[in-house]
Amino acid sequence: MLGLELSFIWAGIIAFAVLVYVILDGFDLGVGLLFPLTKDEKERNVMMNSVAPIWDGNETWLVLGGGGLFAVFPLAYAVVMPALYMPIILMLLGLVFRGVAFEYRWRTKRWKGTWDIAFFGGSLLASLCQGIALGALVQGIEVENRAYSGGWWDWLTPFSLLTGLAVTVGYAMLGATWLNMKLEGRIQAHMRRLAWPFGMATVGFMAAVSLWTPFLDSVYFERWFVFPAMAFSFVVPVLVALCVLGLFRGLQQHRDVQPFLCALSLFVLGFIGIGISFYPYIVPHELKIVDAAAPDSSLWFTLVGTMVLIPMILTYTAYAYWVFRGKIDPEEGYH
Amino acid sequence: MLDGYSAEILARVQFAFTISFHIIFPAFSIGLASFLAVLNARWLWTRDETFLILFNYWVKIFAIAFGMGVVSGIVMSYQFGTNWAVFSDKAGPVIGPLMAYEVLTAFFLEAGFLGIMLFGRERVGETLHMLATGMVAFGTLISATWILSVNSWMQTPAGFSMNELGQFIPEDWWQIVFNPSFPYRLTHMVLAAFLTTALVVGAVGALHLLRDRKDAPARRMFSMAMWMLVLVTPLQIAAGDFHGINTLEHQPAKVMAMEGHFDSHPDGAPLILFGLPNQAEKRVDYAVEIPKLSSLILKHDLNAPLAGLDTIPDEDEPPVAIVFFSFRVMVGLGLLMLGLGVWGLIARARGRLFDAPMLWRASMVMGPMGFVAVLAGWITTEVGRQPFTVYGLLRTSDSLSPVAAPAVAASLIAFIIVYFFVFGAGTYYILRLMNKPIKPVSDAPMTDEGPTRTAGTTPAAQVQEKHEDKGMT
Repeated sequence: MLGLELSFIWAGIIAFAVLVYVILDGFDLGVGLLFPLTKDEKERNVMMNSVAPIWDGNETWLVLGGGGLFAVFPLAYAVVMPALYMPIILMLLGLVFRGVAFEYRWRTKRWKGTWDIAFFGGSLLASLCQGIALGALVQGIEVENRAYSGGWWDWLTPFSLLTGLAVTVGYAMLGATWLNMKLEGRIQAHMRRLAWPFGMATVGFMAAVSLWTPFLDSVYFERWFVFPAMAFSFVVPVLVALCVLGLFRGLQQHRDVQPFLCALSLFVLGFIGIGISFYPYIVPHELKIVDAAAPDSSLWFTLVGTMVLIPMILTYTAYAYWVFRGKIDPEEGYH
Repeated sequence: MLDGYSAEILARVQFAFTISFHIIFPAFSIGLASFLAVLNARWLWTRDETFLILFNYWVKIFAIAFGMGVVSGIVMSYQFGTNWAVFSDKAGPVIGPLMAYEVLTAFFLEAGFLGIMLFGRERVGETLHMLATGMVAFGTLISATWILSVNSWMQTPAGFSMNELGQFIPEDWWQIVFNPSFPYRLTHMVLAAFLTTALVVGAVGALHLLRDRKDAPARRMFSMAMWMLVLVTPLQIAAGDFHGINTLEHQPAKVMAMEGHFDSHPDGAPLILFGLPNQAEKRVDYAVEIPKLSSLILKHDLNAPLAGLDTIPDEDEPPVAIVFFSFRVMVGLGLLMLGLGVWGLIARARGRLFDAPMLWRASMVMGPMGFVAVLAGWITTEVGRQPFTVYGLLRTSDSLSPVAAPAVAASLIAFIIVYFFVFGAGTYYILRLMNKPIKPVSDAPMTDEGPTRTAGTTPAAQVQEKHEDKGMT
């Protein structure tokens, strides 16, 4: 009984790590996605500097999500990674280009444009692949004998392409609202304007994905359209509507912080929606959380440290954000 | 059948390629982070501006190397799942938690404080900036601790049981983390990182001394590097010796391959200096030997008997030639490092450390050799573990994902192209930074590469005012 609870606590922690990743790296990937929509190099400099001190910490949550899955749900890790082989590899390559661009573009004049493209392209590739991987996971993975048994292109479907676009557009919305909060002057007004179409597109994609998902699988359908589960699930779309309202009103009234927080909340709600569809599976309808869990000795050993360390990490991460709070000084940087 | 075999080979090549690329950067950033912490601390302590100049010089190089380490490390963390899913399923319960702890205790610490270390001297003040620098350095060392615990456990597994599915079930975490080879391996690697950095710092110092022998920051870094070499190389050789003895106890086949001992020697084994191992014929061709020396080194006794690969089943033998040669490369470079350190010490004793162009040139030649030695060392230990992923218990051929060869081949090609392009560029930028004159802090001009930080020279009160003016506090 205790062991059963332990694996659910862990599912919660992993879900938390992935969610934190999505909302934190989401907005800095979004900054990369918006790179081509700028006027000049100065604007790109200041955009990049708005995330330069924190992007590395943001991306570490991805390593915790993957590493945590490996640690406490090794079977799920062993099944999901080969199933999502290509999107994962492409995402990693995208992150390589994007990550080095933070340093490289300051080190060269002639190649600066190349690294700008690498930053944008890497962000785009990583965002698309994350969305595609999510969609592929939602639509299901074939498992036989503790191993992936599907083909190499199973991840590529109309549904996964839709989720890929949804996540990418959503990240762009996060990036635009972040930059609206962090920047000043022309570029801020520009980003505020861009937040409108990306915000609307995100809402549209969320609706499309939400309407499609229940028809992928009868279990999903029951979660959303059969009483009594429906009563709880219904709260989610209501909150989504409130966030959408807050987002656009905030943009209209030229508020700095509110649109960003509402955009983040939209992602949190989308994530909760996926959680409602998944539970109690970790790989939908193949592996339950309990069955994929590592032995109790692994779960306990990791849990003890995690309970102490996650609050510490959140504390000093918050401190780092606090240090770099406020609007970006265009002259600042260490380059 | 052939399909499965080629997928395995491709996955192994991919792992070897990506991890060889990756290890370069931690080997450098572990040592460099500690060097930066020392420079920062000595600047705060002595207020000697040379230290601040050096800090600002090396912190840019660190940022590039660290960035490359991060992105290549993220690739590693997912490769266990993509190419080695069966290994992940079976060994995950033991090594997964160790790697999760690496993320929780080290990666977040480094990433969280890196921004403050790079951008924050003006924002947080000298003391907190020092703390951030220290945390980054501490993080790199913690990271090394966990990952070497993982690697050591795969070499000398302990503290587990196996269930009916063939999974490793943790029984005693103390034994798992502090497995028999862990202390030796960790010491050996951390010292290697320090030496690698010392060689690079020494080479850069030497380059600038060759241009201007009065260059104060160049003198300081060259001197520090020479001290490091002469003090740490003997420790490293001792650590390597202990590690070798430990390996003989727990992974005898690896030592047999390192030494090229195909045959058992009942009364004292010779040390094969050079030769061409011939695994098919089970002999070393053209061997140059020193009688009894291998027994003396490994057992500290001239006549101690030493078993050879003839006591190991053929299918359990590691590839001898690779291990044999890479081991010799590592040891040879270690001896050259010792030689350079001693040369530096003699020059110093004669008061000619800053009047020694030959020594400087030698230092420049030795600059990249730490990386070569680290790679050779890892090749020795990793290829020497073959044909197992978990030594003696889980074969490499049984660890592979149910993966199609074309998928692995495609991703391997993609990695090779991207890595050479991306990390080639990074290496070029690092070399160019190293080639630039070392700028004094005070007259650092605004360049077209973005504003130059004038950290430390602005009185804190003014900085405070500046930020208040802009509504930043």
